[in-house]
Amino acid sequence: MPITRDGALDWMNRFAGEMSEHRQELVALDTAIGDGDHGTNMNRGMTKALEKLDASPQDDPGAVLKTVAMALVSSVGGAAGPLYGTLFLQMGNALAGQSEVDLPAYAAAWRKGLEGVQARGKAQPQDKTMVDALIPAVEALEAASDLDGGLRAAVQAAEEGMKATTPLVARKGRASYLGERSAGHQDPGATSTYYLFKSAAEALAG
Amino acid sequence: MKKLINSPDTVLQDALHGVEAAYGDRVRVIYEPAVIVRIDAPVKGKVGLISGGGSGHEPMHGGFVGPGMLDAACPGEVFTSPTPDQMLEATKAVDGGAGVVHIVKNYTGDVMNFDMAADMGKGDDIEVETVLTNDDVAVEDSLYTAGRRGVGVTVLVEKICGGAADDGRNLQQVAELGRRVNANGRSMGMALTPCITPASGNPSFELADDEVEIGIGIHGEPGRFREKIGPASQIAERLMTPILEDLPFSSGDRVLAFVNGMGGTPLIELFVMYNEVAKIAGQRGLTIERNLIGNYITSLEMQGCSITLVKLDDEMVRYWDAPVNTPALRWGV
Repeated sequence: MPITRDGALDWMNRFAGEMSEHRQELVALDTAIGDGDHGTNMNRGMTKALEKLDASPQDDPGAVLKTVAMALVSSVGGAAGPLYGTLFLQMGNALAGQSEVDLPAYAAAWRKGLEGVQARGKAQPQDKTMVDALIPAVEALEAASDLDGGLRAAVQAAEEGMKATTPLVARKGRASYLGERSAGHQDPGATSTYYLFKSAAEALAG
Repeated sequence: MKKLINSPDTVLQDALHGVEAAYGDRVRVIYEPAVIVRIDAPVKGKVGLISGGGSGHEPMHGGFVGPGMLDAACPGEVFTSPTPDQMLEATKAVDGGAGVVHIVKNYTGDVMNFDMAADMGKGDDIEVETVLTNDDVAVEDSLYTAGRRGVGVTVLVEKICGGAADDGRNLQQVAELGRRVNANGRSMGMALTPCITPASGNPSFELADDEVEIGIGIHGEPGRFREKIGPASQIAERLMTPILEDLPFSSGDRVLAFVNGMGGTPLIELFVMYNEVAKIAGQRGLTIERNLIGNYITSLEMQGCSITLVKLDDEMVRYWDAPVNTPALRWGV
């Protein structure tokens, strides 16, 4: 089944739920190697995003993602605001005007989002950032032959990418100031990205 | 954790209401998006000056809004950079037709949000110049990190650029001067205790009772090393040596010496530190022409201090001495 507006809304509702439920976990991960605000900021941003989604009718999945993007950009701050804002904005732009989104279009939108995140944050693989969960998950979607299988493969790839950040030494963001001491901690940005794919699979896979 | 707050979620809003209640005669507080603006902004023909950053470093930046310093400040949540719509709103509010300087501390989030604001503001026909501060010598490996952090020199850039803007200097001149102050400034901080953000409720790092962290960042980012606490003279040496060697400062230089408290440090200890700084400067043949001592760029309740030295020239001295009338910095008026 292709992704519809209602599917995208369900996805964003579930993602907001994950950010609320795992707020303390993300705060704890971020306190270890960053500044301890990631869970609070993402929860605030997604709460604001749901308010914006409720406030006006959304035409299609792309519009849903763009609304979320603008809400995050104007309410999250930190690095996560511009990064997640750019991710959703690029995805939304890629899907503009499509009422039904199939696997190739969805994977292509993720690719655009990933490119936007890397252009904004300049992160490379292995820098210990959200990109380490994003890249394998997007590649899993691109390699899939059907949407359901692609979504499930993407969650698994994101989870592996997230876990693989633990031994890495951070090279971007505030964690980079820790140098070697950042090794041994899972990256909070990669963790929230994993929840984004997890909520996508729960909402969009049949 | 004990804090004087109503709720972790309303700290910024409640504090902004307090600022408005206290200084409503001289600043206008906008809540959505959060901006503190000079009451008489925009000042026609004057270069506008804005800055912004996470809250928790008060009085920076909101306490520096007023004649002779900033035209507006964008406060983010505690230790979280503000959002692009705040910078856009501030830029529009202070543009008096001569352009606007953005003073940005070098942190990943701050830089990205100011970049986004610049992207979003294209087409508004307001000329913007950015001055990035990155004076923290504690960051040694800046190739493999997000680069040196902007700390104490930011306060001095805001004051000196504010004086220049008041004096009718144009956009390029004000921005160039700000970059020169940053290029000639070096800082390093230390902590006796960690800080606790209202949202997390936990110390930002662990430090034993008899330990100090040398090279600490203003959000509790780790420094160069930890050691058993020694006398103030030893701590001053630990901070001054990397600062002096980095620029490097040399005999005969005229400097501004800034001893800054991290928020929880008694002023009497800052004067003990200033005495040590003055002694070391004297031994190195530096002339301290101007100084600043107090809590100006803080880290919530952290105990500790930072030292900033700026190698001065005549123009910097002139605009440092120029009148300033803000809640946190006031002279010559």
